[in-house]
Amino acid sequence: MATTAEGFQAHHDDHAHGADHKPGFFARWFMSTNHKDIGSLYLIFAIIAGIVGGAISGIMRAELAAPGIQYLWWWAGSSPDDLAAAGHMWNVFITAHGLIMVFFMVMPAMIGGFGNWFVPLMIGAPDMAFPRMNNVSFWLTVAGFFSLLFSMFVPGGGGMGAGVGWTVYAPLSTTGAPGPAVDFAIFSLHLAGAGSILGATNFITTIFNMRAPGMTLHKMPLFVWSVLVTAFLLLLALPVLAAAITMLLTDRNFGTTFFDPAGGGDPVLYQHLFWFFGHPEVYIMILPGFGMISQIVATFSRKPVFGYLGMAYAMVAIGVVGFIVWAHHMYTVGLDVNTKMYFTAATMVIAVPTGVKIFSWIATMWGGSLEFKSPMVWSLGFIFLFTVGGVTGVVLANGGIDDNLHDTYYVVAHFHYVLSMGAVFSMFAGFYYWFPKMSGRMHSELLSHIHFWLFFIGVNVVFFPQHFLGMQGMPRRYPDYAEAFTFWHEISTLGYWITAASLIPFFVNIGYALFAGRQPGNNPWGEGATTLEWTLSSPPPFHQFETLPVIEDHHDYHDHSSGAAPQPAE
Amino acid sequence: MGLKLDSIGHIEMGQQLGRIKVTLLALAALLSAAFAPAALAQDNEAPTAQELAEGAEAVAEAVAPPAYTPMAPTLDKGMPTDPRADTEGAMFKSLTFQDQYTETGAYALWMHDYFLLPVITFISLLVLGLLLYTIVRFSRRANPQPSKTTHNTAIEVIWTILPAAILVVIAVPSMTLLARQYETPPEDAVTIKAIGYQWYWGYEYPDHGGFEVVSNMKSAEDALADGEPFQLAVDNRMVVPAGVPLRIQTTAADVIHAFSVPSLWFKQDAIPGRLNEKLLTIEEPGVYYGQCSELCGTLHGYMPIAVEALPMDEFEAWILEQGGELPGAADAEPEAPVEEATAEGASGN
Repeated sequence: MATTAEGFQAHHDDHAHGADHKPGFFARWFMSTNHKDIGSLYLIFAIIAGIVGGAISGIMRAELAAPGIQYLWWWAGSSPDDLAAAGHMWNVFITAHGLIMVFFMVMPAMIGGFGNWFVPLMIGAPDMAFPRMNNVSFWLTVAGFFSLLFSMFVPGGGGMGAGVGWTVYAPLSTTGAPGPAVDFAIFSLHLAGAGSILGATNFITTIFNMRAPGMTLHKMPLFVWSVLVTAFLLLLALPVLAAAITMLLTDRNFGTTFFDPAGGGDPVLYQHLFWFFGHPEVYIMILPGFGMISQIVATFSRKPVFGYLGMAYAMVAIGVVGFIVWAHHMYTVGLDVNTKMYFTAATMVIAVPTGVKIFSWIATMWGGSLEFKSPMVWSLGFIFLFTVGGVTGVVLANGGIDDNLHDTYYVVAHFHYVLSMGAVFSMFAGFYYWFPKMSGRMHSELLSHIHFWLFFIGVNVVFFPQHFLGMQGMPRRYPDYAEAFTFWHEISTLGYWITAASLIPFFVNIGYALFAGRQPGNNPWGEGATTLEWTLSSPPPFHQFETLPVIEDHHDYHDHSSGAAPQPAE
Repeated sequence: MGLKLDSIGHIEMGQQLGRIKVTLLALAALLSAAFAPAALAQDNEAPTAQELAEGAEAVAEAVAPPAYTPMAPTLDKGMPTDPRADTEGAMFKSLTFQDQYTETGAYALWMHDYFLLPVITFISLLVLGLLLYTIVRFSRRANPQPSKTTHNTAIEVIWTILPAAILVVIAVPSMTLLARQYETPPEDAVTIKAIGYQWYWGYEYPDHGGFEVVSNMKSAEDALADGEPFQLAVDNRMVVPAGVPLRIQTTAADVIHAFSVPSLWFKQDAIPGRLNEKLLTIEEPGVYYGQCSELCGTLHGYMPIAVEALPMDEFEAWILEQGGELPGAADAEPEAPVEEATAEGASGN
């Protein structure tokens, strides 16, 4: 394996012009056209946004630790008896938390970060198809983040900031929220959305046109498949969001009445448009996670992934069906009975391809030789917790059951199990899997295991009791609650502190690795790691694959019985 | 009738809600000095136009027990259960749904408890069990030489077909439940129109003269004094007859709200410009609490719902006390729809 990597890299040593020449600091990080640098920027950005979004959830959990208003008035700069100011502050926090976590943490980390870093490496491409557009995507996302942060400091109706929820439902977001805050929040979505659309076109072009010779679509690593499906979801869903929020803007500022019944519009139209985007969006957030888990489980089982084609097409199926189930977010708006029956049935169908994936991961491990390194434990945590989040999704899929659970904490528990545990566990798994590759430094296995166990316990203590609260009738988006809900809210807040504490070993680990971590070599994970990135040095050269690797005909990277690694063209 | 006066009440209540943490009694005293009739409108459980006009006399009436007294809520009925309570099984009750008091609710609860919950618990435990088994059985120490198996068509077909079959089975009660929830209310169902406002509810009785009851959250002090759960208790409840079909219509005046009562398995959005309608039959008398369930602005958390189901005769007495009319009374019928139409027109229907 080492020899093949030298084969790829030896190339540039022969050339005096210095293929690995890096530009100066400003040019490298602010005008970057290098997929790995842009990927790193995305990851750093996602970590910062995650800290902001996570801190906001800390404020929210502290507030919910007991009935009554504790701290919100202080954050609103008001007095303890000003319930309206506190309520608005709460709505601003839930809005910011949702938008930050979705658009500025999960999406940038999964697609911008890991996607940028590893799609070109895994398909044996020197870079993304449109390197400059890649840079534009990133900085649009950053601009969107600042637009959202800025919205918190301008008037938005009941106080400073946009308090309309991440769903931005009309007419609360139109006539219900005067002031520029909601406009800035909408603009933020425009910017982040434009960035994502550009990114999606970039990924699609790259994956379709820049695969190394011999790498057919059916030989592509599953992570690349997952990013490809995600990119299509982005490309088809985000323009609908853009249209919907543009209509919000014109309703707010230019006298149109798309969503205003007084002018012949309909507030429910907005919800249809939003969720036509919004449901694919939740798969956008989880599909790259599926891809990462597949790579990691195969690597640490030392066994090719089980049912490769089924895994790839399960993701395609999830992506397709994801577009025709949106109204299950709207079961209580007054859909007619046939519509509700259709969406109930269609939604439950998604459980089938998802089940195929879960069982295939287990089958990949079955008969394997499992090594419980940090990426693997995070993946195992993912598989179990995503299952728990998935089965509550089957409960919620039933329109008749949802009549009671809609907009309660049960929903909050469900989507945090699939995102805060599903997506986030897969991101931590991917981070520990590829950190040595990206940084050229080995992290501490001990610290990452401590991180895992604290986080695992913490998030379960936060979110499992929320199922109880939801079934008892606790509505979501409430800053305050009846006495009877106190107990489980207290437990939930306790879980937050455990979760927050788990981030200490995470950051200490990064610091340790960067300053004292040993060189991992090309492939720290052993023979199970068969994808192309492990044939390169850690970190990879500034420009890789100047000589394209050739995937031999007989070589199926999933079947490494031959032990044949891809060979350089020469 | 009474609508204009009520709107004064709204403004005043809005102010009160903003100061819920301050001792409300002092404020109420102040306000009643300033707007005596309006203040009475909320102190008195059942204000009629005449009573309000009579001012001072109404004070005397408020002291004397009126014919209708709000029903005292029953612990754990129509409200969430506090797991810290001393009552037996409180912890267990707090883990699941509230007891149900409608037929469809009972069916839905059955479907969840005896159908969905066992299935999802089994699947979760199956996955957990398989994971733990593989972790132990196929660890590097236990199984140093990995197998090369990558395909097994039979098992792949099984784990595609089997979940699909389970889902088909789940779909049977699921579709039944939906069909039952969507039964059309019979012709003679009692119509009550719940109107969401920022941030209180209005309950209009189009079959009974079209009067509207305005329902605001009770202060902590009042709720405590009346033995009701704070944040669920309201000053004027939505009073309905028990045991008969109700046609619950929801709409909203400003932004989207949602009318939700967990113990009745009932949730329906109140959307400006739309009139949603659904059948509801409450099996027995009682007080059933709920809360607004669609983000509607700053005081979203403070516009609870309390449904009080009464036997028909007591309900009719309450209607009369509100100044309403009973359907079937001479020439009440032709008038009611007219009033309803104008009221709906005003709310942008």
